[in-house]
Amino acid sequence: MIEIKNITKTFTDRQVLAGIDGTFRPGDTSLIIGGSGTGKSVLLKCMIGLITPDSGEVLYDGRNFLTSNIDEQKTIRREMGVLFQGSALFDSKTVLENVRFPLDMLTEQSAAEKNERALECLRRVGLEGAGDRMPSEISGGMKKRVGIARAIVLNPKYLFCDEPNSGLDPLTSIKIDQLIKEITDEYRITTVVITHDMNSMMEIGEKIMFLYKGNKLWEGNSDTLTQSDVAELNEFIYANKLLRETAR
Amino acid sequence: MSRIGSYFIFLGTLFRNREKLRVYLSLILNECVSIGVGSIFIVALVNTFIGAVTCVQTAYNLTNPFVPRNIIALIVRDSTILELAPTLSCIVLAGKVGSNIAGELGTMRITEQIDALEVMGINSSSYLVLPKVIASVLMFPLLVIMAGFLSILGGYIAGTLAGVISPEEYVSGLRFEYKPFGVSFALIKTVVFAFLVSTISAYQGFNVRGGALEVGSASTSAVTNSCIAIVVADFVLTQVLLT
Repeated sequence: MIEIKNITKTFTDRQVLAGIDGTFRPGDTSLIIGGSGTGKSVLLKCMIGLITPDSGEVLYDGRNFLTSNIDEQKTIRREMGVLFQGSALFDSKTVLENVRFPLDMLTEQSAAEKNERALECLRRVGLEGAGDRMPSEISGGMKKRVGIARAIVLNPKYLFCDEPNSGLDPLTSIKIDQLIKEITDEYRITTVVITHDMNSMMEIGEKIMFLYKGNKLWEGNSDTLTQSDVAELNEFIYANKLLRETAR
Repeated sequence: MSRIGSYFIFLGTLFRNREKLRVYLSLILNECVSIGVGSIFIVALVNTFIGAVTCVQTAYNLTNPFVPRNIIALIVRDSTILELAPTLSCIVLAGKVGSNIAGELGTMRITEQIDALEVMGINSSSYLVLPKVIASVLMFPLLVIMAGFLSILGGYIAGTLAGVISPEEYVSGLRFEYKPFGVSFALIKTVVFAFLVSTISAYQGFNVRGGALEVGSASTSAVTNSCIAIVVADFVLTQVLLT
């Protein structure tokens, strides 16, 4: 379980996060939604330790990440898998080497064991034949799937996905969402997804947190999302013309 | 001043929380091939012609019939060993290797590859930069030794083909009043320049924020700042070691 308590972050004179609280449970796919510039990515970066918040706590199964020493942080980091917005695959390595990289760096397994595990993860995301290809030779959707394979290769307890649908067509987006949901259920991972994709919200949002100008304005799930009386949330979800028409 | 301070903090991060030694060995080998082998052609070409030009220009300026012709070779030798081979080669390498390091790290930064390393608990600066620094410190001196030989050879070929000096005079000039410390001085300078070029370029690339435009600016700054650092360090080292 991940708990965040009173996370605040200010860049120069602009407050980006104004005391965010939240709980993310194992086996749940939790979504953090909101418009551009509302602090979603900053919150995610605070949670995974890429940005240090001005105040607050990030607890991983009770372990305070921010006050941990370097060795404790390394232990927690090894229990995390992160899918970045642009997939963040290493250009100089093949797909298989990308997936195997965390095993190479962080485990003492034999080469055969590492290869076997990396191939297993590639099979899990439906890319068993793409191991020898370079990241520049595969499509955006495939890159996302390789990113997911790399994120799960160490059997993480926590999975973070930063806008997994960005730049993808609707069909591929749905496939990526389903894959994230299946993996979350299968391994009982605590999954946190940053998104502003309405399909994702409706399909996989077991828990949804809405951020607006650095504040948490609403929390619920995909069933209650469209019944909210928060004006900012309604404005956000009904920005899409199709949804507006459907709601009428 | 704050940038200089953050540069030294960056240097500190290279040596803290390092990864296992076996991880670095293959990375250093790859970087040696990229930095060393990849730079042979440009360093060889530039230094051969610089030696040739130095020889011909020295001959052009030596009009006094009382000055022996073998002085031309002596001037080519000393200017090559003391200044041209180490300094000019490192300025060329700042352009080639420095911009490459800054561009590579800058691109990794804006495409979140460095963030990906960080969230895995890997010290990204040490993992990415330290092998480049070690490879530069190992390969730059080898390139400069080659540059020195080729520059003196270029002077020999140009001088004898142009008829400004005979082969015997050239060889005798090379042997005349030779001080072996010149080679040590050149290699000390080269090691310092290698460290400066690799770390300044890495610092510029590693701290890129923004997009493709900023990566381009970082590459330009890497080359500019490396060249400035080289000429300043050149002066300081010359003062300290030769006076």
